[in-house]
Amino acid sequence: MMDVKTVFGPYAHERNSISRTMGLVMVALLPATLFSLYQFGWPAVFLFVTTLLACLLAEAFALRLAGKSSKTFLMDGSALLSGWLLAMTLPPWAPWWIGVVGAFLAIIVAKQVFGGIGQNLFNPAMVARVALLISFPFEMTLFNHPVPMFSEVAPGFMESLGITFGGADTIDAVSSATTLGHLKTEVGRGIGLTEASQQGITLWQMLWGNAAGSLGETSALLLLLGGIFLIYKKIITWHIPLAMLGSLALMAGIFHLIDSEHYVGPITHLFSGGAILCAFFIATDLVTSPVSLKGQILFGVGCGVLVYAIRTWAGYPEGVAFAVMLMNACTPLIDHYIKPRIYGRDRKGEPLNLESAVDR
Amino acid sequence: MISAILIITVLGIAMGGMLGVASKYLAVEGNPLQEEIESLLPGSQCGQCGYPGCSPAAEAIANSAAPVTLCPPGGKALAEALAEKMGVSIDLSSVEEKEPMVAFIHENLCVGCTKCFKRCPTDAILGGSKQIHAVFADACTGCEKCYEVCPTECIEMRPIKFTLQTWYWPEPARVA
Amino acid sequence: MSRDIFKLFKIRGGVHPDDRKELSAGQSIEKLPMPPLLHIPLQQHIGAAAEPLVMRGDEVKKGQILARSQGVISAPVHAPTSGRIMGVGGYPAHHASGLSVRTITLKPDGLDRWIDDLNPAEDPFSLSPDEISQRVANAGIVGMGGATFPSAVKLNLRNRYQLHTLVINGAECEPYLTCDDRLMRERPQQILAGVRLMAHALDVDKVLIAIENNKPEAQAAMREAAAETNSVTVVGLPTRYPMGSEKHMVQTLIGKETPARGLTADIGVVVHNVATALAVRNAIFDGHPLISRVMTVTGDAIQQPRNLEVLIGTPLSHLVEFCGGFKETPERLVSGGPMMGQPLPSTRVPAVKGSNGLLALSHQEIHDSQEMPCIRCASCVTACPCGLVPLEMANHIRGGSLDTSVKLGLLDCIACGSCAYVCPAHIPLVHYFNYAKGELAARQRAQHKQGETKRLAEARTERMEEIKRAKREAMLKRKREMEAKKKKEQAEKEATVGAES
Repeated sequence: MMDVKTVFGPYAHERNSISRTMGLVMVALLPATLFSLYQFGWPAVFLFVTTLLACLLAEAFALRLAGKSSKTFLMDGSALLSGWLLAMTLPPWAPWWIGVVGAFLAIIVAKQVFGGIGQNLFNPAMVARVALLISFPFEMTLFNHPVPMFSEVAPGFMESLGITFGGADTIDAVSSATTLGHLKTEVGRGIGLTEASQQGITLWQMLWGNAAGSLGETSALLLLLGGIFLIYKKIITWHIPLAMLGSLALMAGIFHLIDSEHYVGPITHLFSGGAILCAFFIATDLVTSPVSLKGQILFGVGCGVLVYAIRTWAGYPEGVAFAVMLMNACTPLIDHYIKPRIYGRDRKGEPLNLESAVDR
Repeated sequence: MISAILIITVLGIAMGGMLGVASKYLAVEGNPLQEEIESLLPGSQCGQCGYPGCSPAAEAIANSAAPVTLCPPGGKALAEALAEKMGVSIDLSSVEEKEPMVAFIHENLCVGCTKCFKRCPTDAILGGSKQIHAVFADACTGCEKCYEVCPTECIEMRPIKFTLQTWYWPEPARVA
Repeated sequence: MSRDIFKLFKIRGGVHPDDRKELSAGQSIEKLPMPPLLHIPLQQHIGAAAEPLVMRGDEVKKGQILARSQGVISAPVHAPTSGRIMGVGGYPAHHASGLSVRTITLKPDGLDRWIDDLNPAEDPFSLSPDEISQRVANAGIVGMGGATFPSAVKLNLRNRYQLHTLVINGAECEPYLTCDDRLMRERPQQILAGVRLMAHALDVDKVLIAIENNKPEAQAAMREAAAETNSVTVVGLPTRYPMGSEKHMVQTLIGKETPARGLTADIGVVVHNVATALAVRNAIFDGHPLISRVMTVTGDAIQQPRNLEVLIGTPLSHLVEFCGGFKETPERLVSGGPMMGQPLPSTRVPAVKGSNGLLALSHQEIHDSQEMPCIRCASCVTACPCGLVPLEMANHIRGGSLDTSVKLGLLDCIACGSCAYVCPAHIPLVHYFNYAKGELAARQRAQHKQGETKRLAEARTERMEEIKRAKREAMLKRKREMEAKKKKEQAEKEATVGAES
């Protein structure tokens, strides 16, 4: 008669794991990333690879320090994803050390110091981006027009190495402002939007990604596709993206109706400045967003409103990172106050009384 | 300038006076906290905490001279209740839950001396002089007082046995 | 009423596990040959253990009562066959703990002779509700879906609640299990008779037989059987775990939520399992007590999965042997379904009234994986049918603050396992909840004991002081008496001296 180990159930499990979740998010990011890398050429590829490698190294170092199994935790894909998202928010032709410093900030400061995977209060990629933006405003706001790989204007392989690693100043030749940055400057100069946007970028350019901006800000359509894939795969729910984009569009719509010369319209807001990337990939970060569906809607609305407010009235035209971090800070509060209703109890947690139960 | 000094002086005197009166008329005899704590403790005066009884132990806790985790028979639940009363936070996961024990008398060795019987703080030992004694497990607090005095060492402290009704799953093992 | 127009209500949460019912669903119910020994535990139900009425060496007949019920919530046990009692004592329980429990061991004589006074009801439907529930109690029938709550107690709910509907639970939402499915396919008429008897005992005129849509044959068989009965409706339920949870099933069917800490009877509904209905029919029509049940023996580690009718007390090893033994060493042995079933340490333990399945699971099919930290993905929140936040509850339990987890709804958890099933970090959430519930109950018991011992200690101190005071008083009294005596003596002495002088 043999004895079998008794382990608590259930004895069936969905075929999922943390690495699968992270992997699916990366798959969803892949089309937009590949297209953006193509658009911005070799320097973007170098920066992207450098950032990812730096993230993995930082994670391995921190795990070693903490005495955790690097095999299990390095392979869970979370560090890779953080690096990926960070790289998506950097100016494509930024020098290599921006990526490395960003990786250090994201993995060590924003994630491992808090206790590693699942413990961080703020989205690591956004912490890194905000810290970089404040510390290196010049490098972080130097955007360039897309110069598709292998096209005539694109820098060659060696030249690109120079841009990323050598600090070559070829970038000046092609530098350009982002859509929102351009419009904000123009409005600040007293020029009406109608006039400003004539020299600006068309909607099609924004959708397709043929505009200046960070890697992940540009191809809104492909990002949207990736986001829908994630919802289909049930990695995220529709609540945060819809709430965020909806509230952003609503705010933009209202103010645009009031004064169309001073306030940018909803379409531009939605498809520029990384709003799509944020709505589907960053605000929905599992660790730093609320757990209840109602809480997620509130979180999304908060993000949308803050994005609009920061873009419109604050000093940074690209307000996404700040908005997400502010809402991350509210997540514990939202989770504390907004919980699903427990079966058989009312919203206050008291057992349903029978009369009302019968009425329902 | 003068008026300010005056106002502050008057205020100071008035408030000082009020404090003096309050300390005289609203004085608290003893520490009410101590009594509240004592009411939480098991009250079997077993002395396992190192204090001579529950009342001195309560005093020590009230004065923060002893940790809230001092009472072995109370276990985690008591530590949690005391921590809440004292308004301190403790890491309960580190509190080692001592396995609850009860005394068991080996009848073949018992000589019926009644020493244990007299010592038991909860009258959990049954039997009279020159009779074999037995322990009523439901009333035994595991204080080991009888265990110490038995001349024939016939008392054994045994862990309380689980039954199908009382058994439950142990806490899941922790991962790193 | 047909299925098309029966309106169902939505419940929240739930999961869709791979049901694996194809392993055994095609196997008709077979009678297991008589085992050499039967081990009949005295505790096969929720409530007080039964009290043995037989001794070692007694000869018993099939259906004879072996132990009588003790108290209101209890159930008797009967001899599954005729034979000789080999002893009454400890034997490994059908339980995860591996503890032993008082068990009657019976050696079958192979004659399988029934007792003489079976006393079947001549006209079952003329029995009064009280008579029906009395017969159900005497037959030792308990909830056979796994809850093992004495059925007669549930039939008596009509005395305290206003009931309107009887729901028969044929959902069998646990993966792998097919015993209820087979019963409904093979014995629909008998089940229906039991159902009608229970409706009669509860005095309700509406009966819903709820069967998940993944069992079309069972639905068809029950519909056919119920075609002539107006009050009985067979309802198809969406296939979703945990549809068979009593409160959730009632909500799906009638759209009302059972209040927390209440019973479905609070909203006028009583739920019984199909196998229980069959046992009730057998007890009343034939006078047979509950001495056997149908079990599914399945899993990838079993050579030939089967549905077996087994006598209560049959060692599980006997079942496995009949199914051709193990294909490979099973990674887990589970009593019940894979979601809520309890692990068993070995196949030595006997089959009991509440065991609906024995699963021998291989390493591949359990999808076990290393536990990781929680990433707050909220899958568990979405999956929970009770509206709880499992990740937070588990966090608090891990931190040792059980009271907070109770405030978060620990005691509203039905332990269905949906959260642990979907957790990508493979955190044993239900294990945490189960541990916390057990620990809280243990603390409650300890507190109760503490109160009692405190009372005893105080009584003793008082008594000791009383004795001391009595002693002191006695001493004082003696002293006074002595003094008085002395004085008297002195006075007398003086008097004599005076007289002499």
